[in-house]
Amino acid sequence: MLSPSKTPAPAAVEGDRTEASIRATVDRVNAEFAAAWAEAGVEPAPPADDLAVIRRLSLGLTGSVPSLEEIRAFEARPEGPRRIQWWLSHLFEDSRSADYLAERYARAFVGVENGPFLVYRRGRLVSWLSGQFRENRPYDELVRDLIAAEGLWTSNPEANFITATIDQNEKKRGPDEIKLAARTTRAFLGVRIDCMQCHDDKFGDRWKQEDFHQLAAFYAGAEMRITGVQDRKNKVYEFRYLGERDEQPVPQAVPFSPELLPTSGAPRERLAKWATHPENRAFSRAAVNRVWAILFGRPLVEAIDDIPLEGPYPPGLESLADDFVAHDFDLRHLIRTIAATRPYTLDSRSGDPARPVTEAEEMHWAAFPLTRLRPEQIAGGVTQAASLDTLDDEASVLRRIQRFGDRNQFVKRWGDPGEEEFAELTGTIPQRLLMMNGNLVKERTSPNPVMNASTRIGALSGDPTRAVEAAYLCVLTRRPTPEETEFFAGTLEKRNPNARNRAMEDLFWTLMNATEFSWNH
Amino acid sequence: MISPECPCGAADHWSRRTLLKAAGLSGIAWLTPLADRLALAAEARSVGQARSVILLWLAGGASQLDTFDPHPDSPVAQGAKAIDTSVKGIRLSENLPQTAEILDEVTLVRSVVSQEGDHERATYAIKTGYRPSPTIVHPSIGAVVCHELHDPGIDIPTHVSILTGRWPARGGHFGAKYDAFQIWDPVNDIPDVRARVPEEREARRRAGLDAVEKAFARGRDPKLEADRTLHLTNMAEARRMMTSEQIAAFNVADLPESDRAPYGDTPFGRGCLAARQLIEAGVRCVEVTLTGWDSHANNLETQQRQCAVLDAAYASLIRDLRRRGLLESTVVICGTEFGRTPKVNGIDGRDHWPHGFSIALAGGGFRRGHVVGETDPHGEKKEPADKVPVEDIHATVQHALGIDPATEYTAGQRPVILSDGRVRENLLL
Repeated sequence: MLSPSKTPAPAAVEGDRTEASIRATVDRVNAEFAAAWAEAGVEPAPPADDLAVIRRLSLGLTGSVPSLEEIRAFEARPEGPRRIQWWLSHLFEDSRSADYLAERYARAFVGVENGPFLVYRRGRLVSWLSGQFRENRPYDELVRDLIAAEGLWTSNPEANFITATIDQNEKKRGPDEIKLAARTTRAFLGVRIDCMQCHDDKFGDRWKQEDFHQLAAFYAGAEMRITGVQDRKNKVYEFRYLGERDEQPVPQAVPFSPELLPTSGAPRERLAKWATHPENRAFSRAAVNRVWAILFGRPLVEAIDDIPLEGPYPPGLESLADDFVAHDFDLRHLIRTIAATRPYTLDSRSGDPARPVTEAEEMHWAAFPLTRLRPEQIAGGVTQAASLDTLDDEASVLRRIQRFGDRNQFVKRWGDPGEEEFAELTGTIPQRLLMMNGNLVKERTSPNPVMNASTRIGALSGDPTRAVEAAYLCVLTRRPTPEETEFFAGTLEKRNPNARNRAMEDLFWTLMNATEFSWNH
Repeated sequence: MISPECPCGAADHWSRRTLLKAAGLSGIAWLTPLADRLALAAEARSVGQARSVILLWLAGGASQLDTFDPHPDSPVAQGAKAIDTSVKGIRLSENLPQTAEILDEVTLVRSVVSQEGDHERATYAIKTGYRPSPTIVHPSIGAVVCHELHDPGIDIPTHVSILTGRWPARGGHFGAKYDAFQIWDPVNDIPDVRARVPEEREARRRAGLDAVEKAFARGRDPKLEADRTLHLTNMAEARRMMTSEQIAAFNVADLPESDRAPYGDTPFGRGCLAARQLIEAGVRCVEVTLTGWDSHANNLETQQRQCAVLDAAYASLIRDLRRRGLLESTVVICGTEFGRTPKVNGIDGRDHWPHGFSIALAGGGFRRGHVVGETDPHGEKKEPADKVPVEDIHATVQHALGIDPATEYTAGQRPVILSDGRVRENLLL
């Protein structure tokens, strides 16, 4: 079933290096959490099963569950922490992870709308981001490219970050410095000062209206020409503040850490250097918080784009931010580090059924938090679980097109939370109807000996117990309990092929409709 | 009849939907069992006759000047005109000719004030009657109604949002199960309501699901399902809908053209018509959203375009409810997150204005043909005469429904009351 050529085998030496480079920070982060747990009087959950951890990683980094083929390859390797790091190497080599991360980051950078068609191509920006992630471009460089982008949205895809803000219905032509300032602070710095667009801070006296508009002033010169986005030199930004009669010129200034702002250079280049400066802690904290959120399904500091500049900070955040800067904003290194920490590798349930996990334990990261999966993760999960082979780049073109089309349809029907992707969402009746009766699940579980895992497993596994186990691995990335095996093997025994196909379909349907399938845990 | 074990999928024959179809009956109002309907009719309490709410939500911020509160002779009018209405002495914007005819059913509050000028925060404030708080999520009016009045015992959700905007009605601290059920343009069936397998296989699937859920629950919070996932709860609700004929109330496609035309050939118009059907079927609260009011530029054109859609739908809804004897028991609220600045900005637009704007209330014991409050004709930022803070609207609507706004709940560790507003007796009959 598994072709050896598709099994990536990173060198053992690399494994050692990785292990050594993350160890110190992982230990420090773990110690911080252990201290916090002791202080809060919460008991950490037991370590999670390795299969549970690789399911989390695949969902976070590829938007899908591991295939049966991948699970077999994983289990063929020796147990231990190295095995998880090997799994990460495997995911990083799979272009699905770059594509998926690109989509997740694009939501924060430009939102989900298709925007002004004539001057903006969201798809180009996403594929540019994907290329950056594939090369593991340092995150600070990537962000600088976005802030200071120039040129045509077609040939310089990063310029779409700027052109996304053009509103063709408004009288003002060209990029919108207000929207750009809001994106810059929220997405890159984890600071919300865009409320100060219209008034001073109502929840404290930290921010003034000037803070926001002086930041926006860096973008004021950006305009659209035949050659794309260019800066008009010496353009003065003017704004009428609340309570004032007239517009007044607004100088370029940053809302905090002014000493990090270069004194010379083009306005957006200065802003880009300030924002991504190694000593601009807001930048590294925001980056850590986002990676944490993608991996866990919940940010370390809530809300994801509202991190206090002066703390207090939860355990882990400062150490991870230090480490991220020390490793030159290497996102893969950060992912590896977080994935190796105790909070990430704890079970989401307690080992003692008489003393179940409490919400307080979850809030303290003393148990892996339960979070609702995003719609494309559910769709990706259904599609992958219904196939025995890995649906990566090497899967047939037909399969990939099908996966893409199905996913978009499904996400639309499910309801896309858009940019608010880490908000606490509620499940809905239409979502349950979609899973119970919708096309995707029906097509991917009904008898089809060529395409569908349900039928193929039913036909290949003479032993019902093994068929049930394979179905569980495909859909839930775990083995069934003895009770579950007994129940489902019973439905498969002594049946004619048609009846068995139907029983396999029912089994797949049941697993996909279980709570467990729809949650990260 | 055929036994449920029959392999032809005969279990379908047992669902009420199929039975009814076989009987060749049409219409939906009678589908709520007679006893329930009588019970609903008998819900009259000592205070408040109303038992349901329709909220027409003008998302983005409708301009009071171009809808319910024109100042045609003032420089702030942008040249917009006003027309007479069925209530002597009260004029509306010329954008609302049909509404003008039914204004004798409406209590118009022209002096609503709130403290929120941001779309999201203001939407929260108007829908819940509270300012956003970092520690608690307040339930919206529909969730309050569903939580406080008894369960009408119908097969479809009792809190519905049609053409949901960005911030739909939430259950807040009453929990996710009080969130509104969302649907889109009601010319289409609710998708995926038909089971794919016969009942015998459904039953087997349910049995299997029990086994999987049991394994998942081990070591987890016993209240996980009730407090957070609602997974099995929603599945059970979904199943109940799947076998109910009441889902027809979500769809207006089969209604005769003569019923549909007055509401206007728009998704919002159809939404209002579906709202009427849903209320008739026993639903407690329906929210219908019309987006597109945020006229920072070209205010006049924007408001005109929006009003054309609103006017036909709103007036037809009021007429229809009245004709069917449902207006006494239904509060119809036409509201928006804030009004718009009386002074026009540099690009012929109006910006956000929470300092005196309009909300219209009709039915459910609200006075007929009555106006409260007055805004400054010159558009100065001063308190409107007889101002009505938004929380007072909530308290008054709750009162009309026989709900005591002072009813206390614990949210997190904190006691909260349904509304801290004042009941405005002068708005009620």
